[in-house]
Amino acid sequence: MSNHALSITLFVIFVAATLGITFWASRHTKNATDFYAGGRSFSGLQNGMAIGGDYMSAASFLGIAGIIALSGYDGFLYSIGFLVAWLVALLLVAELMRNSGKYTMADVLAFRMSPRPVRTAAGVSTITVSIFYLLAQMVGAGALVGLLFGITSPAGKAGTIVVVGLLMIVYVVVGGMKGTTWVQIVKAVLLMTGAALVTLLVLGHFGFNLSTLLGTAAQQSGKGDAFLNPGLKYGVEAKGLTSKLDLISLGLALVLGTAGLPHILIRFYTVPTAREARKSVIWGIGIIGVFYLLTLVLGFGAAALVGSKAIAEQNKAGNTAAPQLAQKVGQLIFGDVGGTILLAVIAAVAFATILAVVAGLTLASSSSFAHDLYAHVFKRGNTTDQQEIRVARIAAFAIGAVSIVLGIFAQNLNVAFLVALAFAVAASGNLPAILYSLFWKRFNTAGAVSAIYGGLVSAVLLVIFSPVVSGTPTSLFPNASFNWFPLENPGLVSIPIGFLAGYLGTVLSKEFNAQKYAEIEVRSLTGAGAEKAVYH
Amino acid sequence: MTTQQDESSAYEQVQASAEFQELRRRYRNWVFPVTVAFLVWYLLYVVLSGWARGFMGTKVFGEINVALIFGVLQFVSTFLIAWAYARHAGKKLDPLSGRLRGEIEGTSNE
Repeated sequence: MSNHALSITLFVIFVAATLGITFWASRHTKNATDFYAGGRSFSGLQNGMAIGGDYMSAASFLGIAGIIALSGYDGFLYSIGFLVAWLVALLLVAELMRNSGKYTMADVLAFRMSPRPVRTAAGVSTITVSIFYLLAQMVGAGALVGLLFGITSPAGKAGTIVVVGLLMIVYVVVGGMKGTTWVQIVKAVLLMTGAALVTLLVLGHFGFNLSTLLGTAAQQSGKGDAFLNPGLKYGVEAKGLTSKLDLISLGLALVLGTAGLPHILIRFYTVPTAREARKSVIWGIGIIGVFYLLTLVLGFGAAALVGSKAIAEQNKAGNTAAPQLAQKVGQLIFGDVGGTILLAVIAAVAFATILAVVAGLTLASSSSFAHDLYAHVFKRGNTTDQQEIRVARIAAFAIGAVSIVLGIFAQNLNVAFLVALAFAVAASGNLPAILYSLFWKRFNTAGAVSAIYGGLVSAVLLVIFSPVVSGTPTSLFPNASFNWFPLENPGLVSIPIGFLAGYLGTVLSKEFNAQKYAEIEVRSLTGAGAEKAVYH
Repeated sequence: MTTQQDESSAYEQVQASAEFQELRRRYRNWVFPVTVAFLVWYLLYVVLSGWARGFMGTKVFGEINVALIFGVLQFVSTFLIAWAYARHAGKKLDPLSGRLRGEIEGTSNE
């Protein structure tokens, strides 16, 4: 059996198992709380694993291992930002949101403000952020399949995008939050097991001596000691100050973006109490932290055993470093058959990873469409649970279809920047609105709307006029040049704009409701009147 | 649930109570300084990665340099803060918030 056939077989087993779970979940999905929040009946541990499954995207697994394998230490900067960000979610957002919200991010904002403008803004932002993220994952899936399963024709890639899109639609439409959560839990277990297995083999190969591993990696990278120091990818000295400011800008967006990502925020609603929400974030931090430590070994291991040159030859961004490493280390320890099996396993795991993440994104955006835009903006709250769920399912189908079409259209473009953009928008628009709403007495409708649109629009505009979109050979449009904004990451400018817009919008408007603030403050801290779990 | 009295004013009464103010103080006095601290600690790390390359590249033992140790320390501090917060919340916040919730909802659970 070739490695491609084995990969595809393993992947089909994963799909069959998750579809089984999804149809089981659909029988336990009766009302809106089940569909949007999994009945709020997941335990802290289960939700912690789902948080890991939702968060550890292919960009984390393949992307970071690849950056480390090619640029050494700088890949580690990404992992640290992605992890530290969870403290913002743990300390400031998770519990208070669980106590005061219901199904979406907008619930917390609409609590003490004029609901229609605030829900419109939050809905627009949620759908925009989710589609950016979704598109990056879809295009990534198309590119990966060529490398992992040996499908390289444009039709084959397009076919993969269609399959990924259809599967995520089925998970969300049929299984709702329950189905999606279980897919993420299964994926988290597979990903952690796969990454831990390869890490152990790599460490074993080097006699569990980290220093030897790092030394060999530096040597095989062709870059010597510089490989182990910061600076090969970000903040290159030759490019001067801009490049270093870009590093800070990226760092800020990573650390502040997580607690504003809609697909992450809705995970806090799937547990019965704020205490379980806290537990789930702590489990999530443990799982995600260990995972990023594993990717460090995978990245340096790939550089040491496969060599940076051989990795760059397969894929310029290094996205195949982890699978290549799996094959190599399997071969070194168990012979050719071992290498083939290990490669197949890691390839299938990578695909499972993409599926779980895109399902979470589709659920977040369709929930926001149905609950915020349809039920509260268009219908002004006059809907039944069943109508809302039906609209959410139609929206999931539509969002899935749109991302399939966009994914096929964009398959040859360099869209990796979209993940960083999603984090920047979340940090610039959503986070200020959420934090002000929970902690600032004076905050009001004008402030919330200004923060969200101010952050969203400035982040998107700055990226459009950055070198990411035009002016350099690696840009989206290499032949045009309207790149007057020098940084690739907008966060350094757009995050302050979002917070400032929220402040100015608030103080320039007279609206102020002390009673409502008292209610959200008391409820968010005590959990009084919080939405209850439903058990069937 | 409470009876048919004015809910909003009931929340304002709770908000003004000494017990709630104590809960709010215990929560904010812990999370605000810690948030500032871990953000500064993280930004220090990012800034050093950009501007203090020589220092970050200093080898401490074998091939292990300051940058790697600094990075791993970010993981350690994140794990420690998460653990410390869970402890603080469990001991200082949960009993108080449980009591207040019981009073507001008019039940005696927790």
